Amino acid sequence: MSGALDVQSLSVTIGSARIVRDVSWSVAQGQTLGIVGESGSGKSVSVLSAAGLGPGNAEITGAVVLTGSDGVQHDLLSMGGNALRRVRGRRIGFVFQDPATSLNPMLTVERQLTEGPEVHLSMTPKQARGRALELLELVGIPDPERRLKAYPHELSGGMRQRVMIAVALACEPEVLIADEATTALDVTIQAQIIEAIRDLQERLGTATVWITHDLAVVGGIADEVVVMYGGEVVERAETVRLFQETKHPYTRALFESRPHLGSRAERLLSIPGSPPDPRAIPAGCVFWDRCSVRADERCRTEHPELVEPTDGHWVRSFYLPEDA
Amino acid sequence: MTTTVEAHLPAAEPQSAPLLTVEDLHVRFPVRGGGRRQWLHAVQDVSFTIGRGQTVGLVGESGSGKSTIGNALLRLVPVHRGSIRLGETDVLAADRRTITDVRRRMAMVFQDPLAALDPRSTVADSVAEPLRIHRIKPSGGRRARVTELMDLAGLPKRFLDRYPHELSGGQRQRVCIARALAAEPELLILDEATASLDVSVQSQIMNLLRQLQDEMGLSYLFISHDLASVEHMSDRVLVLYLGRIMERSPRESLYESPGHPYTQALISAIPLEDPVAERERRRIILEGDIPSPVDPPSGCVFRTRCPLAIPECSEDLPPGQDLGPGHVSYCIRAGEQVVPD
Repeated sequence: MSGALDVQSLSVTIGSARIVRDVSWSVAQGQTLGIVGESGSGKSVSVLSAAGLGPGNAEITGAVVLTGSDGVQHDLLSMGGNALRRVRGRRIGFVFQDPATSLNPMLTVERQLTEGPEVHLSMTPKQARGRALELLELVGIPDPERRLKAYPHELSGGMRQRVMIAVALACEPEVLIADEATTALDVTIQAQIIEAIRDLQERLGTATVWITHDLAVVGGIADEVVVMYGGEVVERAETVRLFQETKHPYTRALFESRPHLGSRAERLLSIPGSPPDPRAIPAGCVFWDRCSVRADERCRTEHPELVEPTDGHWVRSFYLPEDA
Repeated sequence: MTTTVEAHLPAAEPQSAPLLTVEDLHVRFPVRGGGRRQWLHAVQDVSFTIGRGQTVGLVGESGSGKSTIGNALLRLVPVHRGSIRLGETDVLAADRRTITDVRRRMAMVFQDPLAALDPRSTVADSVAEPLRIHRIKPSGGRRARVTELMDLAGLPKRFLDRYPHELSGGQRQRVCIARALAAEPELLILDEATASLDVSVQSQIMNLLRQLQDEMGLSYLFISHDLASVEHMSDRVLVLYLGRIMERSPRESLYESPGHPYTQALISAIPLEDPVAERERRRIILEGDIPSPVDPPSGCVFRTRCPLAIPECSEDLPPGQDLGPGHVSYCIRAGEQVVPD
């Protein structure tokens, strides 16, 4: 399968810590891929490493290919510094959790929005300014003329996050990477931002990788979901199928351990223990010591492969629901 | 049909005398704006009670004043007006000795356990700290009591001499809970106590809190921005916006029939677990941001973002509308349904 961004057998190792192991996924133009996991699952490191923004001392293996809308393919992992920066600056946009630390506090909103188009699209300052205004309107910022002159600290959290989305989209990237982009926001603002991104994607056809710990958030926006645990993919399927035919014990536990609106459960299902240490990844299944379905000798000693029991639904477990 | 009740009268009180009674609480902070001295009104006209063994949920977005209320209960921020009573004790009039005892009877658990624990103290020292402060000498000795508290919080004995950095986030929060329980409090103020934890660990902590409540008859003030957690934990819920209570209700009727447009918008903003339903549903999207608490809107403070706002909303503070037993909504159009976008 070829998409706007293709990741094949990506592994990230720092010293003895095997942080990401053999991760593959792809996202096509106009599609959204959700990557779900808890802290330490490797979800952010895998995506950032794929884009050449991984930890400096990391050893990264695998293949990452970005296909531009012009059809040209860029092999990101084998590219040198400057070439990679050019491709990334032009073709990949990033939205992070905390807009306060991602925007430059010393620059006006206008400068942060015009820099990319001037550098990568060779726009004149005047053209770039016009583009900046369009972008602010696009992400739903009222009174954009006035906001152009503002500094990040003069904006509210929701407004800053919109500016960061506008900056990310400034060069009309083929791929948008949103790493916990709404996690720090209040629910009513989160709803605004999710609507804005959905809307933009429909209009611009950007391929989006949405990284989050919140399954419910990706349920509403992703076409396909990858669930990561302990540095590897444990389940991957088209979104509705993942939600309705959940196969991996970890994914099922994730669903059942959070309070649902309207449920009157006395106790929540809780997953005992904590995720594995990347410096001591178990020989067998990464989830075996916390698994409630079955944890036998085979789980402890043998590492399950990612298998495809039904077409397009991948799962890494010896015991699927029908066996349990 | 709705009837108007006295705006500040807390409704649906527990049958026996409440453990905590808060009336007309007003907390403000001085701010400097253009050389003038102005006031930031963090909390205004807030009244509620918590019965023994009960959990009151306090839900609101950032800037709603929910943490300020928790801090005011322990007199960690200056209170401008109002009254706070813990049992028979007048918290705001308490002298030094009495306020120390108030802080023994009400303990706090914060959002970030790593910031709440001294990195240079062992788990045993942290848990024993309230025993030292309140000069409590457990009959079986301090170490035995610490072990017992850790056991209550689900921490193994081998953690006694560990340091916070050696523990996971969930384990650290358990240490904070063990410490909060050390001086045998009657009320725990849980200020976003599960917010920084991973989903699978959040459920462990919520289960632990419910279990401790059942065993020890503790009362909780559960402060959170997460409506689903608040629903799971609370008997009654207060919805806060810009320092004021928008709606108060027993849990069931708040979630089943939210009467205030703000509560309706909050519930509508939560992503549904079912992706098919989530894609099909239309949600209430509020425009804009929370206004400044230095210069809040006249009349109803929510009116600048309210989809139901009418000119009259800017005139007076909306009185409470009775929507059912203990269910009061401070909105002149309470009970009307906002039509999603």
